[in-house]
Amino acid sequence: MAGKATREAYGDALVELGAVYEELVVLDADLSKSTMTAKFQKAYPERFFNIGIAEQNLMGIAAGMAAAGKIPFASTFAIFATGRAWEQVRNTIAYPAHNVKIAASHAGITVGPDGASHQALEDIALMRVIPGMTVLVPADAWETRQVVEAAIKHKGPVYIRLGRPAVPDIYDETYRFRIGEASLLCDGDDVAIVAAGYMVHVALSARDILAREGVSARVINMCSVKPLDSSVLLRAALECKAVVTAEEHSIIGGLGSAVAEFLAERCPVPVRRVGVRDLFGQSGEPGELLQAYGLTPEDIVEEALEAIRAR
Amino acid sequence: MDSQELASIASRVRRHIIRAIHQAGSGHPGGSLSCADILVALYFSAMRIRPDEPDWEDRDRLVLSKGHACPALYAVLAERGFFPVEELDSLRKLGSMLQGHPDMKRTPGVEASTGSLGQGLSQAVGMALALKLDRRPARVYVLLGDGELQEGQVWEAAMAAAHYRLDNLTAIVDFNGLQIDGRIEHVMSPLPLVDKWQAFNWAVHQCDGHNMDALIGALSWVGKVTGAPSVIIARTVKGRGVSFMENVADWHGKAPDAEKTKVALSELGGAGVGR
Repeated sequence: MAGKATREAYGDALVELGAVYEELVVLDADLSKSTMTAKFQKAYPERFFNIGIAEQNLMGIAAGMAAAGKIPFASTFAIFATGRAWEQVRNTIAYPAHNVKIAASHAGITVGPDGASHQALEDIALMRVIPGMTVLVPADAWETRQVVEAAIKHKGPVYIRLGRPAVPDIYDETYRFRIGEASLLCDGDDVAIVAAGYMVHVALSARDILAREGVSARVINMCSVKPLDSSVLLRAALECKAVVTAEEHSIIGGLGSAVAEFLAERCPVPVRRVGVRDLFGQSGEPGELLQAYGLTPEDIVEEALEAIRAR
Repeated sequence: MDSQELASIASRVRRHIIRAIHQAGSGHPGGSLSCADILVALYFSAMRIRPDEPDWEDRDRLVLSKGHACPALYAVLAERGFFPVEELDSLRKLGSMLQGHPDMKRTPGVEASTGSLGQGLSQAVGMALALKLDRRPARVYVLLGDGELQEGQVWEAAMAAAHYRLDNLTAIVDFNGLQIDGRIEHVMSPLPLVDKWQAFNWAVHQCDGHNMDALIGALSWVGKVTGAPSVIIARTVKGRGVSFMENVADWHGKAPDAEKTKVALSELGGAGVGR
C-alpha cells in the first residue's frame, strides 16, 4: 500500500485549507522543511511566521494571535512543542482556552537516527494531562487531512501528533473523522486492539497473524486520544473481554494509560499495553527501533494472547 | 484629562490596591504600587478603549506580563468602568472574577492570562502581528517587571518583535530595582537595560514612572516610532506612596495587617479601611 508521512499530509492539508479559512496562520520554529509547513509558507507567505529556534516564544506568539482572532497552527518537533514549551502551552494557551493548534511532527521512536533527544515518547502524556486540551493522533495521510480540518472547526486548543516516516494508507478520500469518535477498522470478538498513529497499520498486521491462529481480533483506531471514544471502548471490553493497546509512545501516560484508566473504572477486563517500556530511545533505522523496543506485529500478538489468557 | 486629575485617580487606585490586598489577606502590594501611575496614564490617557465594549476589535490592548501586579490593573479597570468598583472586595476569593493572577476568561478588560513571568511579551507580539496582518490601527502595550527580564523568553520575544518591525507594539518596563529576593543586580542583574533593548533593535525611551507629564510624553513618543517596536524604561519605586513599603523588597508579596493598612491609607490621602 502506497502512503505518505502524516507530516507531509499535514503540510498539504494546510495548503488546501488555507484557501478556505482566511484566519488560518502558520508558525514554525526553524523546522518548516521537516514539519512540512514550508508548503504553506510557499502558498501563503504573508500568513506564515518563522519564529526561529525559540519554542516558548512560538507558543506565546501563537496564543497572542489567537487572542486577536486568528487560528494559529504552531509547528515544531513533538519533543520541543510539548517538552520545552510545556508550561507555555499550559498557562498561555490552554488556561485561557486559546484557539491554538499545536501540530508537532517527529513524534515517537520512528524519528530514527537522530536518536533519543529527538524522539518524543512522552508527548501524549504531557498534552493529555492539560485541562481542555484535545489530543489527536492520526494514522495515515487521509486521516491527517481530516484531523487538520476537525482541529480548525473545533474552538479551543488541539494537539496533533505527526510522524516522520511514510505510513501505508489505511483510509481513502471517503473517510470522515470526528473528534471523540474512534474508527472501527475490523470487527472481532476474542480481543480488541486499540491503536493510534503509526501503530494502527502494525495492529492490522497483528490482526492478520492472529486470524491465522484462529483468534478473532477487533482493531480500533483511537485517533482521538482525548476525548476518548468511551462507547466504542466499552463495547470492545464487553464483547471481547480482553484489550491490547498499541502506540509509539511510553506505556506511561499515553493511549495505553488512557484506555486502562477508563476500563479500570468502567469495565475492568485484562488490558495489555504495547509501547516503549519506560525507556529512552536511541539511534537506528525506524524498523530496527520498532523491533528493539517491542513495537512489532508480533509484540502485539504476544500481548493479545496474554490478555486472552488472563481473562 | 490633565496630569492633576490623573494623579488623583492614581491615588484612588493606590487606596484600592491596599484595601483589596488587606481584605484578601495576601497579594503583591510593592509591584502594584510601583506600576499604578503607568497603568493610569495608559487607561485614562493613551489607550483607545471602550469599557462598555471590551471586545471592540480596534481597541488598544495591554498585556500585564508582571501578572502579580493585577491589584493595580483591577483597580484601574474598575475606575475606568469595566466593572463595578465593589468587585475589588472579592480579590483572591473563591469564585471571584478577580483571580490572584490575571485570568482573561473571567475579568472584562483583561487581555491575557498571565502570572507565570516572562510570557507576556510573546503574547503581545502575537497580538501585534495579527493586528498588523489585518491592518488594524490598534496598539499593543505590555507591562514588564525588571526582575522579569531574567526570563529568557522575554528576549526571544524581543528579538521577534524587532524582526517583524512591530511599531504597533510598546513595552514598558516597571524599573523599580527590586525582586522577591532583593535588589535585581544582586539576585541576577538584567542591567544595563537601555543598551540591551537597543541591541535588540528596539527604540528606547526613559522616563520617571511616577510623573504623569513624563509618562504622557513617553506614551506620545511611541506613536512617532516607525519600523521598530518601542520600549519605555520607567524608573519607579517599589511600594510607591506608602512610606514603610517604599524600596522594601519584603513588601513584594505580603498583605498589610489592619493597623498597617490604616497607616497606608492615611498616607495615600484616604481614611479608614472601608471605601
